[in-house]
Amino acid sequence: MNRHTLFGGAYALAFFSFLFGPLVIMATTAFNSSRFPRVAPWECFTTGWFGELFGNARLMEGLMNSVIIGVGVVALAVPIGLAGALALSELPAKLRSMLYTVLILPILIPGVVLGISTIVLWGQITRGTGAGFLYNGYFLTIVGQITFVSAYAMLVFIARLQRFDATQTEAALDLGATPGQAFRKILLPFMAPAIGSAAFITLLASFENYNTTVFTVLSESTFTTALASKVRHGTDPSLSALAVIIITLTLVGALTNEAYQRRKEAESGGRASRSPLYANPVTRALTHPGIVFAILVTVIGGISYAGSQYDSSVCEAAVLQEKLDRQEELRAEQRARIEAQEAEQQSTLPKSNSAFGGAFGGLGGGTPAPEAPAAPKPESPSAFGGAFGGITAPKPEE
Amino acid sequence: MPDQTPDRSVLLDHVSIRFGNFTAVDNANLKINSGEFFSFLGPSGCGKTTMLRCISGFSEPTEGKVLIGGKDMAGVGPNKRPTALIFQHLALFPLMSVAENIAFPLEVRGVSKKERRKKADELLDMIALPGIGDKKVSELSGGQKQRVAIARALAVEPDILLLDEPLSALDLKLRQHMRTELRAIQKQVGVTFIYITHDQGEALTMSDRVAVMSRGVIEQVGEPDRIYNRPRSAFVASFVGENNALQGVIKGQSGDLAALETPMGTFEARVGGGRKYKAGDEALLFVRPEQLIPGASENAFPATLTRQEFEGATNHVFAKAGDTELRISMVNAGLAGSLPGQGESLSLGFQPMNATILPVGHMASES
Repeated sequence: MNRHTLFGGAYALAFFSFLFGPLVIMATTAFNSSRFPRVAPWECFTTGWFGELFGNARLMEGLMNSVIIGVGVVALAVPIGLAGALALSELPAKLRSMLYTVLILPILIPGVVLGISTIVLWGQITRGTGAGFLYNGYFLTIVGQITFVSAYAMLVFIARLQRFDATQTEAALDLGATPGQAFRKILLPFMAPAIGSAAFITLLASFENYNTTVFTVLSESTFTTALASKVRHGTDPSLSALAVIIITLTLVGALTNEAYQRRKEAESGGRASRSPLYANPVTRALTHPGIVFAILVTVIGGISYAGSQYDSSVCEAAVLQEKLDRQEELRAEQRARIEAQEAEQQSTLPKSNSAFGGAFGGLGGGTPAPEAPAAPKPESPSAFGGAFGGITAPKPEE
Repeated sequence: MPDQTPDRSVLLDHVSIRFGNFTAVDNANLKINSGEFFSFLGPSGCGKTTMLRCISGFSEPTEGKVLIGGKDMAGVGPNKRPTALIFQHLALFPLMSVAENIAFPLEVRGVSKKERRKKADELLDMIALPGIGDKKVSELSGGQKQRVAIARALAVEPDILLLDEPLSALDLKLRQHMRTELRAIQKQVGVTFIYITHDQGEALTMSDRVAVMSRGVIEQVGEPDRIYNRPRSAFVASFVGENNALQGVIKGQSGDLAALETPMGTFEARVGGGRKYKAGDEALLFVRPEQLIPGASENAFPATLTRQEFEGATNHVFAKAGDTELRISMVNAGLAGSLPGQGESLSLGFQPMNATILPVGHMASES
């Protein structure tokens, strides 16, 4: 039995490290001043990458576009999804399964196909009708994303509608409500939680979509496409900073939601009166989802403020100095070696002296060749090279 | 209200309701009087709920007319009819408080919030649940929900209240209590109640009149005691209450009485429904368990006791006469009396007026 728990514990540990390890490492790299996102040679604790992230105009513009497109998609996909779900619930069984397949199809079609076909279709429509002003990244991305995002919304609504007691609507009608009143006062309030989650899901789906968007967005860019092109040109820790922000937002949302759900469950299950947590007025107030949210926001706000005030330049300068010293050391070593070599070569092959001297002279301004053994990773010479190049340039050689 | 009582009658004028080839209600023709407590009684699938939905306006009759208060209701939607329906599962609105539920009919008619609350409190007083207006529906007990549903239906001030087996979800004690309560509320408000049930106990105890339905056909309409004592068809005789059925051949008829030859002997009994039989006609004789009396001299025949079920006040005794198993109800005589033992032979008999001869027809299936 002991061995079982040991194995179970080890398995759980392995499982969770596999699941969350990458996130932890990525979040850590956001605070390392190294130009390349890494944990291992820890240089300095810094919050500068957050500033760099917010200073990236292309990303911030993409974020703005994503918000605009996301709002548009939510505003259209949620009503379309609701209408689809309602239509399905009213149909006879045979027609329903057929329509269901048709409505769900866009989810199964590759996003690339949806994106290209959106451009082709709307290109022809707008050119044919003279509504050329519609042929822009915002409009095309909204209509392109809606084709499949509204199916997500519909799935959420179908799940909720299955639990709706249709006699509720009949009761409302019987009590004198018009069909419109029955819809507004009975069905819509019942669907409210589903409308909330559908809005959330459609917003996320719109926000993180790449396959379709990369085509439909034309010359504009959304946050996701801007991010993708940034990664293609080489990554830096400001992306880790973005990951930290996203993880934090997710955690705040999840914790607040958990507090809300637990409270609701305890209250509806009658456990609220029995639980000491809810009996004590102080802890009762503290576990209120609103308070939980406020506490989290305050703590994160405080940390962010403290982070923005943190200055890592002294440490960074020290690290830089260390690097320069190390470089100087390496140079001296190199010079000594060259001199030794020259002395040796002079004694054996006096002719080749000029050829070697020219080669070394050209290299000396940028990256010194013997530096390679100091950095083990293959990518690091370029990172180092950039750093050194920028710093060594103003310094007088020799 | 008492002086100028509005016409709260319902007239079903040759109403048939069909779904494709299936006839749910077949030529129903009856009048439900103003202020009456009227029940439709029948097994599930007999068409009684379809009938109710037709009266409330959720479906239209395929043939015939429904008249409420003398007015033809063709094309009038459920929200425009002077009816209110209490659903089998009540269909209270779970997202609203009790008071909001009750005042919902007023809300959709544009009554102000203050007046709605006043009316809701009045109705809560009437159903003897004052002060629960702010509770959630989920916090109520089964009986309370029941009464709230009635209050909500009455808030419309309907002429007709339709009830679709509303007591079926309650436990026995509460169900019996609610029967009395429903009847009292009906007397108080003077509204016509149309009650749907498969529970004969409910139908017989509460109703002024009962319509027994089977396979879409109204088999018999009448006061509860007439339904029980004077069944007009084999279905009514077998569905309402317990009954022993003996099949046989008519030997002769004189007035209300006829003689029926069965494998157990020839018995004399009342003819149901004033029918006329010829000698040689096949017929069924129904005699109720409580009318089979040990040692009675009329229509006597020998039988053997097979088993008995003790149920407090009554003892259900099963006896075999020839190949026929009979059911006999005996009042518990207490410690002073003695019960016949198993395997004992005894003589049973019944009075001719307390048994009914009916034509052979479909019977209620045992379940």
